[in-house]
Amino acid sequence: MCGIAGVLHLDDRQASPELLGNMIGLIRHRGPDAAELYVDRRLGFAHARLSIIDLANGRQPMQTTDGRLVITFNGEIFNYLELREALIERGHTFFTRSDTEVILHAYAEYGARCVEHFNGQWAFAIWDRLRGRLFLSRDRLGIRPLFYTQVGRTFLFASEVKALFACRDVRRELDPRGLDQLLTYWAPRAPQTLFRDVLELPPGHNLEVDGNRMQLSSYWRLDFGTRRQQSSADWCDELRELLTDATRLRLRADVPVGAYLSGGLDSSITTALAQRFTGDRLRTFSVTFDDDEFDESCYQRAVVESLGVEHQAMHCSYDDIARVFPQVVWHAEKPMLRTAPAPLQLLAELVHESGFKVVLTGEGADELLGGYDIFKEAKLRRFLASQPAASGRAALLEKLYPYLPNLQSQSVAMRQAFFRTTPGELESPFFSHLPRWNVTAQLKRLLTPEFQAEGEEGSDDPLSELAAALPRGFTSWRPFCQAQFLETEILLPGYILSSQGDRVAMTHSVEGRFPFLDYRLAELAAQIPPRLKMMGLNEKYLLKRAFRDSVPPQIFQRSKQPYRAPDAKSFFAADWQSAREPYVEELLSPERLQRAGVFQREAVQRLLVKVRCGRATGTRDNMALVAILSTQLLIDQFLENFPSPRAGTCRLPITDLPTTICSAALIR
Amino acid sequence: MNDLATQLRQYVNENFLFGVETKYSDDDSFMENSIVDSTGVLELIAHLEGSYGFKVRDEDLVPENLDSINGLVQFIGRRREQPAVIS
Repeated sequence: MCGIAGVLHLDDRQASPELLGNMIGLIRHRGPDAAELYVDRRLGFAHARLSIIDLANGRQPMQTTDGRLVITFNGEIFNYLELREALIERGHTFFTRSDTEVILHAYAEYGARCVEHFNGQWAFAIWDRLRGRLFLSRDRLGIRPLFYTQVGRTFLFASEVKALFACRDVRRELDPRGLDQLLTYWAPRAPQTLFRDVLELPPGHNLEVDGNRMQLSSYWRLDFGTRRQQSSADWCDELRELLTDATRLRLRADVPVGAYLSGGLDSSITTALAQRFTGDRLRTFSVTFDDDEFDESCYQRAVVESLGVEHQAMHCSYDDIARVFPQVVWHAEKPMLRTAPAPLQLLAELVHESGFKVVLTGEGADELLGGYDIFKEAKLRRFLASQPAASGRAALLEKLYPYLPNLQSQSVAMRQAFFRTTPGELESPFFSHLPRWNVTAQLKRLLTPEFQAEGEEGSDDPLSELAAALPRGFTSWRPFCQAQFLETEILLPGYILSSQGDRVAMTHSVEGRFPFLDYRLAELAAQIPPRLKMMGLNEKYLLKRAFRDSVPPQIFQRSKQPYRAPDAKSFFAADWQSAREPYVEELLSPERLQRAGVFQREAVQRLLVKVRCGRATGTRDNMALVAILSTQLLIDQFLENFPSPRAGTCRLPITDLPTTICSAALIR
Repeated sequence: MNDLATQLRQYVNENFLFGVETKYSDDDSFMENSIVDSTGVLELIAHLEGSYGFKVRDEDLVPENLDSINGLVQFIGRRREQPAVIS
């Protein structure tokens, strides 16, 4: 796992090692083990290495022996050993044991279609010196990040946006459209980002830059259109075998691999599987909280005792969250509606200090195998809407969100009103997500009218735009699958795998690996009948059945609790009067809000009055506070004071990196 | 508009909308217009009990009473006629 960056001038200018050094310098946290540059006249690559496979010979940027192809690569190709064998059979000769070299040869052999052979998580760029073509690719589900921009006649790319900003010609401005999307979907939809002119390569896409032409193409998209009939026992076997193999592949590393253990079903299963393959006791890591509402330590202990792993817990206090939050926003590079990424950043720190670079985690199971409450809610709302008068059905609403006390204390009649279906909703392709998006979009009321208008400019109806971007056949998919698709394509890459995944883990040079996100498993999950994913209102039914012998019974019996962390409470002292950190008061002051021009300062002051009275206890007020504070931090760190002194970033310029200057003409 | 409706509107605007101008009629549903969420209903109940001196009973917890300005006005009116003292 690493950080990558690069520049390609589309005119005759030479790539500058100093610019490349500064770019990679800003993302050195992604790869502290080594950093190198490669310059071939108008093309330059930079690489910061976190050594995991072939520690001695996996240096990058790496070239083919003929010097034709050169690569800068972040990620892992887990099936590289099998691909290597296949390429050797086709006459390729390898000089290292690294997966990086496998990508180079696979590209030489298969061209852009090489990515279809890869099982992994990647973001890479390959420069073909012969054709003068730059090829960029990102993994299918968006595990590893990749951003790019073009300014004048210069194309730049990097693992993180901040590296692009090392180039002074790239303007650092918020894009109101990015915030508009985030304040509905929880994340901007790639290629949209929070910054003007900065684009994110969408998951499952390649980008070719060739002379003046830039071509974006999709090579993979989750497809729920194929239906397959087989017995539930056969589905069970297939799921078990595939997840076992996905875990086995993800243990390939020349350094020890640890595991996150949340106390939930998914990470318990990946941990149990990993434990089978590792000879020694597996090392596991978890977060604990003071607040019973969020703490899952009793379940973590149950798994630890049952599996006999060697466990370390990191206790996260309210103060801890407030302390690291600026750094979290600096790394996430977008506002957030929850503080949940912060404890995971602290957990990555513990993993790093314990000498680990790689952890397995359970992400993806809820999306692909039907775990989220949003799926349950949609199923139930549809069921109630089909026969609104049927008595007794409404009582089922008590089964929704059992972990939200404010909802649990409501009457049945009020719950029915909350989960009502309004006319036209049943026909919407977004039926499952409309309640969430509507609630979130209310935060836009707090934006200044100017900023809000700019955010909505050019898109009269954002949902029609989103509908137009859906895959062909989407409307014929079963409703449960439609909901899964939306969750997997929007929230998973945009928030779960980035703000709460790659970015907070890589802050401390930790690589996450996700057995549930093996593309073969995603493709299998898309074919599993919805009733086996959620049997009645029993979520992840097939997964539980497939692994009932691997995990302690209390993990199966507990009600699902999504990973969450305290929000407003993290920023204010117990009496609600004083902020836990000076930046909270500073950035939420009328002056700073006025200067930023994004949120209405009077409205924010009223919200703060409510917070200080201890009355901001609901989801919406908490989301508002976190959204506003994180947006203000983004502006402070990226627009006003770049690079952020709050995040303790490196000193620029960086000029002493080893550089390969490729001046020789290519031998054909 | 009667005084009670004005008072309630002021409370809703201040507490849920943070003073941001939002158009809704006295009959418009708070929930359908995303003015109040599930926590908001609890805040509303606490406000009624605190400001109008009666206890909201379990059977009162229906949208007809709590989901619009007019619903609240009528509910408070009925409760004032048949007060139930907070125990």
